Amino acid sequence: MSMTVARPGEVRHNYLNAGDTVLSWLLTTDHKRIAILYLVSVTFFFMVGGLLAALIRLELLTPQGDLMTSENYNRVFTMHGVVMIFLFLIPAIPAVLGNFLVPLMVGARDLAFPRLNLASWYLYMAGGLIATWAMVRGGVDTGWTFYPPYSSSYSTSQVTLTIIGAFIIGFSSIATGINFIVTVHKMRAPGLTWFRLPLFIWAHYATSVIIVLGTPVVAITLLLVVVERVFRLGIFDPALGGDPILFQHLFWFYSHPAVYIMILPAMGVISEVVACFSRKRVFGYHFVAFSSIAIAVIGFLVWGHHMFTTGQSVYAGMAFSLLSFLVAVPSAVKVFNWTATMYKGTIDLRAPMLYVMGFLGLFVIGGLTGLFLASLATDIHLQDTYFVVAHFHYIMVGGTIFGYLAGLHFWWPKMTGRMYPEGIAKLAALIIFAGFNLTFLPQFVLGFLGMPRRYHWYPEEWQMLHVMSSAGAALLGLGYILPMFYLLWSLRNGALAGPNPWGATGLEWKTDSPPITHNFEETPIVTEEPYAYDNHHQHEEVASGTGTGTTETRDSV
Amino acid sequence: MVQEQAPQKLGIQFEDLQQQNESYIVGMWTFLVTEIMFFGAVFATYLVYRVANQEAFWEAHRHLSIPLGFFNTCVLLTSSLTMALTVHYAQRGLRKQQLLWLFVTMALAMTFLVVKGFEYHHKFVEGLVPGPNFRFEPAEYFRVAQLFFSLYFAMTGLHALHVAIGVLVMGVLAILIAIRHPSVQDFIPVELVGLYWHFVDIVWIFLFPLLYLIPR
Amino acid sequence: MSDEQHSHVHIVPIRVYLLVYVALLVLLVLTVGAAYLPGHHTTLNNIIALTIAIVKAVLVVLYFMHVRYSTRLTWLWASAGFFWLVIMFILTLGDYFTRHWVPVQGWE
Repeated sequence: MSMTVARPGEVRHNYLNAGDTVLSWLLTTDHKRIAILYLVSVTFFFMVGGLLAALIRLELLTPQGDLMTSENYNRVFTMHGVVMIFLFLIPAIPAVLGNFLVPLMVGARDLAFPRLNLASWYLYMAGGLIATWAMVRGGVDTGWTFYPPYSSSYSTSQVTLTIIGAFIIGFSSIATGINFIVTVHKMRAPGLTWFRLPLFIWAHYATSVIIVLGTPVVAITLLLVVVERVFRLGIFDPALGGDPILFQHLFWFYSHPAVYIMILPAMGVISEVVACFSRKRVFGYHFVAFSSIAIAVIGFLVWGHHMFTTGQSVYAGMAFSLLSFLVAVPSAVKVFNWTATMYKGTIDLRAPMLYVMGFLGLFVIGGLTGLFLASLATDIHLQDTYFVVAHFHYIMVGGTIFGYLAGLHFWWPKMTGRMYPEGIAKLAALIIFAGFNLTFLPQFVLGFLGMPRRYHWYPEEWQMLHVMSSAGAALLGLGYILPMFYLLWSLRNGALAGPNPWGATGLEWKTDSPPITHNFEETPIVTEEPYAYDNHHQHEEVASGTGTGTTETRDSV
Repeated sequence: MVQEQAPQKLGIQFEDLQQQNESYIVGMWTFLVTEIMFFGAVFATYLVYRVANQEAFWEAHRHLSIPLGFFNTCVLLTSSLTMALTVHYAQRGLRKQQLLWLFVTMALAMTFLVVKGFEYHHKFVEGLVPGPNFRFEPAEYFRVAQLFFSLYFAMTGLHALHVAIGVLVMGVLAILIAIRHPSVQDFIPVELVGLYWHFVDIVWIFLFPLLYLIPR
Repeated sequence: MSDEQHSHVHIVPIRVYLLVYVALLVLLVLTVGAAYLPGHHTTLNNIIALTIAIVKAVLVVLYFMHVRYSTRLTWLWASAGFFWLVIMFILTLGDYFTRHWVPVQGWE
């Protein structure tokens, strides 16, 4: 296997310099290049969603709805949700980090279906462009949930176009899911048994299962809304004989598990980073692995907790409430195990590790506030308030985005061959943490006081909390902009990374940075357990990050 | 059973043919799982309304033609058999038989679509298409009957769309086989199209009793 | 990579396909016949129709789709979809069936 150390100035053959025409990127079937395509596109849509968020927070600075009309406000928060959920959060970690790392981690030359993988990016872009076109033509005002009968019979905004966009994006994520499932089942290197797989792979496997089982349901449900809207076939609209609650059942059958599509890959990242920077095996590997599967399964049984205040039967509500409490168990198992992993570990507070610690705190807050909402009685008070908004932002931003940034920094040397600047990266992590909490902690209070979501007029006594939240959003925005600059800067100026700058275990670190086109010179053979940090004495060898970054790794298999 | 078998090509990402073949089969099945869920959501919708409106659904379903539905079921079941034969000959690498049975399958699929077209036309003439022109007697069932026909068109329409896609895919496959394209040298593409086609058949196996044979 | 190779595939004999086809047609006739049973047997009729449909689907899956001759992994994925469908049906219908257990005023 290639253990050669990259020397400064030496240009080695890798996937990035394998071709430099535009077509060599647009027609690539290399999973690593497709990951880069996804990285660029999700970043673009993240900026679009971020701008819409900025508009929301700007509007909420004052109690009067003075920046925009109520109609426009509806469109802005709806599009913020649609763009962030369908175009950023769901693809972010699987399609960027997952695409890049799944074949590397299982020791394969590529995903099982490379052309399908490329097709998934084109579907994503097609869906994204249609959604963007819908935005340009005036956007959509139904909320990202597209509840009928408003969406099917009354809204005059671009519902049809947006739903078609979301529908196509759904197929892009289905393609990714199928690819990951088959790759994990069939493409593992010799000796890489299921219980030697990195937890990142377990998490992505569980995510793919949810994608494959859930996405088609929301796809057809949204399609039925379009059919009802365009052809006036009555399916959900009560005026046409239908039942709108049925839509909510089918919608949340996917859209609640979708939360786990967003958070499970982040949990996979956390497992990798926490083990590496604590220099320890992940505590209770089997429990963490199976908790991913448990979350995927139980996550499908809880959707009714979004419907406690509708006409859903109280008995169904009780069952859904109970099951929702149950899903907290595997999530808690993970958090305890990560904490136990750090216990007595040799903790190295690099930027990815800062994000991990941020994740742990924020995920606990987000998860526990979720229990408030899973309780039938408290949910009556909190339903559709800013408490809910704050809760899911703690999971999606504090969870998914922190995990995404942790992973992006952790594997940046592998993806680009260059180190990011450590100092400013740590500063950015701290700014994001501070800005995030300043934005969303006040929203818990607002929600508890009764501020409903999706309104832009509010009583004057709440202005202070809203101003705090908006100030936090500005800080958060600054924190997001920093990585965009210093990561781009590092592409030319970062220190050369070498194959394994962190002294981490895992097959992806046993090939060059950036890897060659088919990943490995020869198919690796795995003979040891995952996270065998305690067997090695590597931490003295960890690169100084800002230094040359070249590291001699141990000669392991 | 030992029979002559067609040779295959190995993709760059795979180690051996066993791995490659099973990857494609499992991949296709995973895709079919998404299809099951796709149709499943519509079936769930149908069941919820059917349970609540048994009597009215019975009243409405009497406007569907059981003989035509029966005929179409036979057509689809037969097409599943001919598709299975296509795969059988593809596995043995017998090109001519493979093409023959593929054409028979396509012809049956198109027969299904034509019959379905006649049925739709009939509904249109009778004013049973939901919308402003929908008419239904007795009037007490008007709303639910409209719901029934909305579901009827949504479900059979979605299914017919899958049949049409199947015809297209089979057409492309037939052309590729006819010109001896290297991508269809082995039987896996035929097997995958076969899996899809049998799935379409299974959907109809459920649609037929659910829509055409509602008991009172 | 490598040239043409041979793998071991189970080729189902045509006789088996024909038998399955005949069974499917017989079941089809049965299900239509059951619908014409005299008298009021709504539930019974529903159960018969669905059972026959399930048997037919299982026949197609096992023989036409070769699952009977496939690996455990194919079995797993072939059953996963149907299993999840059952979850969706049970929990959704669970709501509708229990809605009227507690009477709500003006909500008959």
